[in-house]
Amino acid sequence: MSELIDIVLNAGFWAATLRIVSPLIFGTLGELICERAGVLNLGIEGIMTVGAMAGWMWVYQGGDLWGGVIFAAGMGALFGLLHAGFTVYLGLSQHVTGIGITLFASSLSYFVYRMLLPAATTPPKIIPFENIEIPFLSDIPLIGEALFNQSPLTYLALLSVPAVWYVLHRTPLGLAVRMAGENPVAVEAQGIDVLAVRTGAVMAGSALMAVGGAFITMSWFDAFYFGMVNGRGWICVALVIFASWKPGKAMLGAILFAGLEAMQVRAQQTAGAFIPYQFFLMLPYLMSILAMIVMARRAQYPQALLVPFRRGERVLTLKRSRG
Amino acid sequence: MSRLSFKGISKRFGSLIANDSISLSLEAGEVMALLGENGAGKTTLMNILFGHYEADEGSIEVEGKLLPPGSTEAAIQAGIGMVHQHFTLADNLTVLENIILGTESLWSWRHERSAARSKLAEMADSYSLAIDPDALIGSLSVGERQRVEILKALYRDARILILDEPTAVLTPQETESLFVTLRSLTDRGLSVIFISHKLHEILAISDRISVLRRGKIVASLNASEASRSELAEKMLGAAVTRPQLEAMEPGAAILSLQGLNAYSSDKLPLLENVDLTVYAHEIVGIAGVAGNGQAALADVLSGLNRNISGRLELHGKSLIDAGPAEFVACGIGRIPEDRHARGMIGDMAIWENVISEDLRSAEVSKWQIFVDKAAAVKRAKRLIEQFDLRCKGPLAQTKLLSGGNIQKLILARVLSPKPDFILANQPVRGLDEGAIAYVQEQLFAARKRGAAILLISEDLDELLSLCDRIAVMYQGSLSEAVPPAARTIVTSSAL
Repeated sequence: MSELIDIVLNAGFWAATLRIVSPLIFGTLGELICERAGVLNLGIEGIMTVGAMAGWMWVYQGGDLWGGVIFAAGMGALFGLLHAGFTVYLGLSQHVTGIGITLFASSLSYFVYRMLLPAATTPPKIIPFENIEIPFLSDIPLIGEALFNQSPLTYLALLSVPAVWYVLHRTPLGLAVRMAGENPVAVEAQGIDVLAVRTGAVMAGSALMAVGGAFITMSWFDAFYFGMVNGRGWICVALVIFASWKPGKAMLGAILFAGLEAMQVRAQQTAGAFIPYQFFLMLPYLMSILAMIVMARRAQYPQALLVPFRRGERVLTLKRSRG
Repeated sequence: MSRLSFKGISKRFGSLIANDSISLSLEAGEVMALLGENGAGKTTLMNILFGHYEADEGSIEVEGKLLPPGSTEAAIQAGIGMVHQHFTLADNLTVLENIILGTESLWSWRHERSAARSKLAEMADSYSLAIDPDALIGSLSVGERQRVEILKALYRDARILILDEPTAVLTPQETESLFVTLRSLTDRGLSVIFISHKLHEILAISDRISVLRRGKIVASLNASEASRSELAEKMLGAAVTRPQLEAMEPGAAILSLQGLNAYSSDKLPLLENVDLTVYAHEIVGIAGVAGNGQAALADVLSGLNRNISGRLELHGKSLIDAGPAEFVACGIGRIPEDRHARGMIGDMAIWENVISEDLRSAEVSKWQIFVDKAAAVKRAKRLIEQFDLRCKGPLAQTKLLSGGNIQKLILARVLSPKPDFILANQPVRGLDEGAIAYVQEQLFAARKRGAAILLISEDLDELLSLCDRIAVMYQGSLSEAVPPAARTIVTSSAL
C-alpha cells in the first residue's frame, strides 16, 4: 500500500500520465466529434497510425515539427473523407467501413515507410518536440514538475478539450453537428446539408485522431515502429462511450486510463518478482472494462448514431431500435 | 396574385404516379385543406413544395416568384414552414436549440441566445403558444412537440404553414387547441395548408378543400358548400358506408375481471380495483383520454404485465399467473395499439409474421422444432386472399405494406383462429375510410360468431357507433359499463 502511495506522490508518475494521456485525448475527442454527428469511426486505429507515420516522416525528410503536425492532420482528414464517402454518401455499414479503413490505413503506412526507407534496420530517430517549461508554475513541487514541463502537443491536447466543448455546445456549427447525430431529418428540414455537416465532422475528427498518432512519434518515441499505436484507437472508442459523448468526461476517462497505465509500469518494477508482468499489462484494460460496465449503462447515445441519411427518400422516418 | 401556386406538378416513383399534373393556389389568410386517402399523394406534394423532393414536371410560384426546386433552404427563405407528420426534432436537445438550428450562420462564433430567447418569448406570447425554451424535447408531450414545430416555422417568419396530418397523434382536446392556434395565425394573414383524411376536422377548420385521389385533384370546393358524404365520395371514388351495429342478445360471460390491480415494474399502481365482464356477442368500449390506464389494461389483457392481483378469468378459468403464450393458447386475440412496434416485425416476411403466434402448432411446425415453411406459406396465401391483403405475396417484407394492409395482416393473424375474446386497442387509428370500414366489419363478424370484444379508443364517435356498452377509464379506475344511450351525457361531461 505504501508503495502505491509512493508512486502517486512521485512527479515522474504524473509526468508519465500526462504523456500517455495526450494521444488518448486527441483520439477520444476526434472519435467523439464523429459520433456526435452520427458516424462511428472505427478507422481510428489506422488513422492514428497514418498520423504517427506522416508526422514523423515529414520531420525525417527535413520538415519542421509543426509542419509535421499539420501534415499528419491533413492526412487524417483525407482518410476521414474516405470514411465519410463510404458511410455518409453511400450509406454503407459504418462498422465494416471503419475496420476496412483501419486495415488499409495501417498497411499503407507500413508500406510507405518501407518504400521510403527500404534499408533501415533500426528505426531512425528524429529530434522530437522539446518540453516547454512554463516559468514560475513549473517550480511548484510535484504539480509544477508534472503539469508545467510538458511537450507543446500535450498542452495542445489539454486546450483542445474546452475548445471542442465550446464548438460543439456554443456555436451554430456545433449545434448542427449534434443535431445531425440526433435527428438528421431535422437538420435537413432547417435547410442545412446533412451530408456536408457529417462529412465535415468526420474529417475534423479524423484530423484530431491523426494528431494523436503524431504525438506518439514526434513527442514520445521519436521514431516510427510497426504496431506502435497498439490498440490506443480502440481505447478511445471505449472512452467515448465511457464519457457519454461529453468532452470533459472524455478527458477525465482518458486521465484515469493513462494513470492506471503509468501505475502498472511502476508496479511491475516493485512487485515484478512475485507476479508475472503480463498481469500488470492487463490491469488498465480490465479496469476500463469495469468502468465501462458502470458508466455505459447510463450513457446517452446520439439517437441517429449508425443511421445513414439519404436525401429525398420516401418516408423520412428513422427506426430507433436501441434498448 | 396568389400567395402560392402549383402549376402542373407531376412526380413519379418508379411506375407509381404520386402526383399527376396538379395545379392549385393558396390565398393569404386562408386555410386550404388537402384531403385524400393514405397514398393519394398529399405528402408527396408537400415534400415537393418544401424541397425534400424535386418534381418531374411543373413549377411552384410563391408571391409570383418561381421557387427553386429541390431546395429546403430556398423554401424556408420563401417563407414556407412545414410541420412534418413525424416531427423533425431531436429528443436530447432543448426547445431553444431545436428552434435556432439553421437560423444563424454556421460559421458564427457563438449563438445569439438572449436575442433568440426574447424573440421566442414574444412569439409565444402573441400566438399564445407558451413553451419552456430550456426543456428537453424528450420530456414534452406530443401536443407540446407539435407546438415547438409550429414555433420553429414561425421563428423563421413563415407565411405559408404546411401541417401534414397534424391531428393524427393528438387527443381531441389538443386538436381543439391546435385549431384555436391556427385561427389566430390566419387572422394575422398566414396561409395554412392542412393535410388530413379526417372529414369532420377538415370541415371544421378549412376555408377551401381540395380533394386528391390517386395523385390527381378530383375536386376543389368551398368548405361552406361541402358536405361530409360528398367529400367522402370524392375522396374514395365511391360511396363507402360504415357497417351498422346489429342488435344481438349477449351470451355467456367470456372474460371477467374482479378487483383487478396492476402495478408497474417499479411497483407504482397502474390499475385500481377494475371490475369488468364481457359477454359473448358483445363489444364493450373503453373510453377516456390517453394515459389514464388504457395501455396498462391492454398490457394485462395481453399477458404482458404480470404484476397483478385480483381476479382475471376467461370462461371461469383464472389467468392471473399466465403469460402471453397461454393467453393466446386459451383463445385471446390481441390487436395491439402500435401495429409497427408490437404487432409486426417489419424486416420479416409476411409468412413469418403470420405464424408468429403459434410457431409450434402442428400445422406450421415439424415435431414442434422445425418451421414447416411450405405449410406456413400456404397459410399466409390463404389469409392474404381471405383478408384481401394488397401485397406481392407471402414472401414479401412486411414493412413494405401500407398501414391499412399491416392492420389487415394483424386481423388475419388474430381473427383466423377464431378467438373467444378479442382485445382491440385503437384498431382504426391512422387508417383511411376504406380500411376503417373493413376493420369494423371484421369486428362485427367476430361478434356475430360469438366472440367477446373489448375495444379501446379515444374516438368517441367510433365507440358510440360500435359498442354495446361503454365504460370510462380515469386515472386507473374503470366506471361501470353501460349502453351508449345512457353514457352519452356522462362521457361528454367526464371527458
